[in-house]
Amino acid sequence: MKLIFELGAEGRGLSLMPACDVPDFTLSEEREAPLHLPHVSENELTRHYTALCKRVHGVNDGFYPLGSCTMKYNPKIDEDMAALPGFTQLHPLQDVETVQGALEAYHVLGTELSEIFGMDAVTFQPAAGAHGEFTGVMLIKAYHVDRGDTARTKIIVPDSAHGTNPATAAMCGFQVVNIPSGSDGCVDLDALRAAVGPDTAGLMLTNPNTVGIFDKNILEITKIVHEAGGLCYYDGANLNAVMGVVRPGDMGFDCIHSNLHKTFATPHGGGGPGAGAVGCKDFLRKYMPGPLVVEKDGRFDFEYPEKSIGRVKMFYGNFGVVIKALTYVLSLGRQGIPDAAKCAVLNANYMMARLKTKFDMAYDEICMHEFVMSLVRLHDETGCSALDVAKGMLDFGLHPPTMYFPLIVHEALMVEPCETESKELMDEVCDIYLKLYDMAYENPQALHDAPLHTPVRRLDEVAAARSMVLRYQFA
Amino acid sequence: MTFPEELKYSRDDEWVKMLDDTTALVGITDYAQSEMGDLVFINLPVAGDACEKGVALCDIESVKAVSDVVCPVTGEVAEVNEELADAPETLNNDPYGAWIAKIENISDFEELLTAEEYRAYRNC
Repeated sequence: MKLIFELGAEGRGLSLMPACDVPDFTLSEEREAPLHLPHVSENELTRHYTALCKRVHGVNDGFYPLGSCTMKYNPKIDEDMAALPGFTQLHPLQDVETVQGALEAYHVLGTELSEIFGMDAVTFQPAAGAHGEFTGVMLIKAYHVDRGDTARTKIIVPDSAHGTNPATAAMCGFQVVNIPSGSDGCVDLDALRAAVGPDTAGLMLTNPNTVGIFDKNILEITKIVHEAGGLCYYDGANLNAVMGVVRPGDMGFDCIHSNLHKTFATPHGGGGPGAGAVGCKDFLRKYMPGPLVVEKDGRFDFEYPEKSIGRVKMFYGNFGVVIKALTYVLSLGRQGIPDAAKCAVLNANYMMARLKTKFDMAYDEICMHEFVMSLVRLHDETGCSALDVAKGMLDFGLHPPTMYFPLIVHEALMVEPCETESKELMDEVCDIYLKLYDMAYENPQALHDAPLHTPVRRLDEVAAARSMVLRYQFA
Repeated sequence: MTFPEELKYSRDDEWVKMLDDTTALVGITDYAQSEMGDLVFINLPVAGDACEKGVALCDIESVKAVSDVVCPVTGEVAEVNEELADAPETLNNDPYGAWIAKIENISDFEELLTAEEYRAYRNC
């Protein structure tokens, strides 16, 4: 397939683009070749993007149960609201008096999320989840340093954590202490007790954890860390399982990030934009990135927190995403938010119950919004790995679940159906998963050969990683 | 899968080849490379750095994941196998030839297993 830069011909154009309203400019004469700019007609443009659409799979195409990613359907009303000209035609440097509505949008969503998080303040500056983690852990660092407690150099991370957690701690200048999970996938309390001490800056934890289980000792865990003088960071990756039902702040966490593109139904991927809203308890507010939106006598303004860690992004975060999340929260409301979480948990348990008639579950107990299957036995008995089964799903038009994560489960497939999927669809999907299981025994070669009907078959991931070609070579 | 008799093994899947009482070569086991799959990158340790038993010596990346290579001994990194930087696949093809680092002034060890004990530990 050609890139859009390779289609069309010089001088060809279309009426979709507005007339040029900036003066002509001559590029530096040192340029040896002309710029690769598209010169396409309207039908070439339409056909190009339609062809791209046919080659991809998104939540608008079908089931997308990518565990830990919460690929829920994004309601179209969110897009409509974000596309309102009153929002899209703002400039971030406008006087605050002229953007009171936009500031109110930040303020309302901040207030609603504070309630869902059980926190006292929220910033929308971080552009994504890992950026939110970075911001949150910098708050923890600022807190200790501000108190003159510079001996706290370690962040504790369980071995089931998302890879971004240890990476975040290292980026913030901390040493990472990995603690093993117990046989139930939860934090090993004895290992945690042995790991904490006067050098503990904090703990980073996802709850429900990455195997889809709500840690029954959560209050004890945050207590152990607090008693050692550390703070507790909540990775909100799995907030969809508990939003509106139980609050991270009440579990004992001091700060949190939430991926608005997971829990609050804004679009994922395609290069973003994302949003990793960060919430914190009142005692951390003075370290928040600035500026924060504040309300004074019915007017909204920006305020720079007293001991701010500084900006983490220009301006105020990805505003369009904030509008989409605000629309989502307001349309679901106080009843809908917990209902969505409960349906997400119910859907996951329904699929798990059907699938465990054949597949082995890594942790065979009631799960939260996702569950992890371990295909070790299937692999030993048939030679078909989790990868082969995942590739087999592609031929049925399904996006496979997350594979080989968390690392503590071998041959893992991690399924998160989300609350937005119907029972009929889940039944159809379960039938296909169970059929693939049988296929591994009856015709393993068919799974090794899959997929047959996708635009590309098995890509050579190893060659792609070993000899990276990072720049497109024009013919 | 092979586990040469003359090597010692850690529970974190590294092998140790003693050159003398306080010097050793360290690498990853056949089991480790097979579990990780095709390796595509190694972030090598730096010669001259101190290393500590139970702490990450360096990390390796496969198409599946990035994993720490946990140092089985406490000492100093004397030498690093720079060839692995351009050819991480050597860790897959020849795990016992592809030493990662030479550690000297070794003062402490993790509890190391014999080939037979390691094979039993990993059930392979």
